[in-house]
Amino acid sequence: MTTTTQRRRRPIQESLGDKIFLGVIYVVLTIVLVIVLYPLIYIVSSSLSSPLAVSSGRVWLWPVDFSLRGYQVALSNPQIVTGYLNSLFYTFFGTLISVTLTVMIAYPLSRKSFYGRNVLMFFIVFTMLFSGGLIPTYMVVRDLGMINTRWALLIPQAIFVWQVIIARTFFQSSIPDELEEASAIDGCSDLRFLWSVVLPLSKPILAVLVLMYAVSQWNAYFDALLYLKSVELHPLQLVLRSILILNTTASSNMDAAVMIERQQMAELLKYSLIVIASLPVLIIYPFVQRYFVKGMLIGSIKG
Amino acid sequence: MKTASVGQATSANIQRRNSQWAIAMKSIRRHWQLYLLVIPPVLYFLIFKYIPMTNAVIAFKDYNVVLGIWGSPWVGFKHFKLFFENPVFWTLVRNTFLLSVSTIAVSFPIPILLALALNEVGHQGFKRLVQLVTYAPYFISTVVMVSMILLLFAPRLGIINQFINMFGFRSINFLGVPSFFRPIYVFSDVWQTAGYSAVIYLAALSGIDPTLYEAAKVDGASRLQRIRYIDLPGILPTAVIILILSVGNVMAVGFEKVFLLQNPLNLSTSEVISTYVYKMGLLNANFSFATAVGLFNSVVNLVLLVSVNFVAKRLANASLW
Repeated sequence: MTTTTQRRRRPIQESLGDKIFLGVIYVVLTIVLVIVLYPLIYIVSSSLSSPLAVSSGRVWLWPVDFSLRGYQVALSNPQIVTGYLNSLFYTFFGTLISVTLTVMIAYPLSRKSFYGRNVLMFFIVFTMLFSGGLIPTYMVVRDLGMINTRWALLIPQAIFVWQVIIARTFFQSSIPDELEEASAIDGCSDLRFLWSVVLPLSKPILAVLVLMYAVSQWNAYFDALLYLKSVELHPLQLVLRSILILNTTASSNMDAAVMIERQQMAELLKYSLIVIASLPVLIIYPFVQRYFVKGMLIGSIKG
Repeated sequence: MKTASVGQATSANIQRRNSQWAIAMKSIRRHWQLYLLVIPPVLYFLIFKYIPMTNAVIAFKDYNVVLGIWGSPWVGFKHFKLFFENPVFWTLVRNTFLLSVSTIAVSFPIPILLALALNEVGHQGFKRLVQLVTYAPYFISTVVMVSMILLLFAPRLGIINQFINMFGFRSINFLGVPSFFRPIYVFSDVWQTAGYSAVIYLAALSGIDPTLYEAAKVDGASRLQRIRYIDLPGILPTAVIILILSVGNVMAVGFEKVFLLQNPLNLSTSEVISTYVYKMGLLNANFSFATAVGLFNSVVNLVLLVSVNFVAKRLANASLW
């Protein structure tokens, strides 16, 4: 069954043992596929079912009593909409700042003629090995007056050392020093060279940086938990935390029928929220997967 | 004679220093724009990474907001002593260590097995489908991941308990039982990251010389033998590096997921050093004590990473630096 699907022509006939072995591999991988896929399908199906079907546990694979109530309620909740807009803001500006700063440090570090690059590289990599810790960092952010401002999510975690290493490795291997020297002889300044030669040649690595920073900014909640007190500044993930994990939607002083309906709705809302929060990332994911893979592979080359 | 050679040596030294200086000056003159360019990122690292390291001296002081970091009185190792003598110390170290070790024990081999299995698959469409699907959960945020766990493992409506009920057993409140905390943490971690981690091994596998496989086939090696004698040695260097990194980070359990999975019922296994630091420092405002605990953790990590790297260098000739 499996050998018929193989396209490669095999010069040597496979033994029975090998055929069985390959069959087992296909079976195991199919099981893995189901294990990974099932929770995702279950969540999406629940989000598309009626409140009653969800709260009575009738959904197990496909949507039951198809309805979009969960999404309607979620999108009419001002807290969720604010969180969504905030997250878009943080993701856009945070990524912009992060990518700019990363290129500013990674490109000079990639030039052999840049005196002191090894010292500078150590200065940066050391922060990966040792850190002052949570409280001392919090104190810096506090002393800069960033607590409870949008800056707290944009600046303190702006540069990831790992991304600097990836970008530097890319610049080193794809922008030869000779090219830079030749341009310098023609009177091209470093900044001009970076802007009009290096960046246009570095679109793949810029894509990797943008995607990695954007995803981590979209998914982050911890810095917001630490630094932001006002609800109107909270990113979506923190709003999700209060609704999904702390269960703060339950309200009192209502008659029983309304309460039950509310509770059913709260249950459905959770599934819809999970889908809404993950949608932006998962929609673009299949199209950008190869960039992520590329980024990981560049990073794995020691430079 | 002797003095002459000493004189020569020092003059050579001076000359070398001068020439170093000359190279530096030349580089700065030529690349002054690049030196300007690195100023903002360097300031970033100074302010947000190095100043916190100096701020960490409050671990040796009784920090007081009014007196400031440098004005607060020195107390030596008082906070460290308090922490070591606290009964919670061993629980924290044990929880942190066990959570990490069980995560490594499961999360390290599974991506390797996944990559080896995928590498055997000849059907390109199936291979790509499995990769696409297993890679996807990596992009789910921690908050969503924990929410999914809470929903799927919920005592009444969770699908897992519904299956359990179907077979006639009583529901289990998974998140309320301390002994379930670690398995839930570890297996959800594998679910989320196995596909992502497999990518790096797949790349290593695709770099193996295809003539090795041809030769093995001619010699009558079975698939399993080819995996054993060609694939495994081929990915060994990558695997060692990844193992060094994860063993070196044994005491650095991520805060985010543990914190969200915690509830008063499972604290006896779920409280780890990083969550304790957060609670002591920011919720109880005990800055000096929390910093001391965090500093202890950072130092242990650094020592672990350096020594694991040293051992690996000796044994497997693989090193991070």
